[in-house]
Amino acid sequence: MSGAEGLPPIAAAVVAVLVVLGAGLALIGSVGLLRLPTFYERIHAPTLGTTMAVALTLIASMLLFSLTQARPVVHELVIAVFVIVTTPVTYMLLLRAAVHRDGLRGGSG
Amino acid sequence: MTQSLLANALIAAQVMLALAMACAAARLLIGPRAQDRVLGLDTLYVNAMLLILTFGMREGSTLYFELALVIAMLGFVSTAALAKFLLRGEVIE
Repeated sequence: MSGAEGLPPIAAAVVAVLVVLGAGLALIGSVGLLRLPTFYERIHAPTLGTTMAVALTLIASMLLFSLTQARPVVHELVIAVFVIVTTPVTYMLLLRAAVHRDGLRGGSG
Repeated sequence: MTQSLLANALIAAQVMLALAMACAAARLLIGPRAQDRVLGLDTLYVNAMLLILTFGMREGSTLYFELALVIAMLGFVSTAALAKFLLRGEVIE
């Protein structure tokens, strides 16, 4: 708990709200992944976690470290750019693989 | 008081992310077909990356950032390789 000294109360509340919202979105996405009936519905659910949860958590981390270290800390943007670039690639590949396998099997998955 | 608010929020976020990882692991175990398991593995990687980021915020250290970046890269590479394997039957042609 060494990182939170000297943080203004408003900033601490903002960081807390952002972190809890991000984790809640990741949890909703994973519950949707567990509960939706077919694969083509299931592949929509984790995108909640890969877009908004990652964005909110990275914004909270940037805010916290920028305020506690009294200088702009923006290296979380590397993760943000990487996730934004790679998530559509992986999901498109996975969806094409699923369509291909369903075509081979001759049924709907 | 504000420190305890932020600490409690970070603990709650970690509990929620652990539950999300449990859901993804359950889909990884019970997934009826191979693409469900790959999707569960990808979700597990993303949730683990978020969990590492919240660990770093709790500790107040930016060292955990490299861990999160490495986990994101490994998740992308493994999911892309597995999807390519499901699509073509081999990874590198």
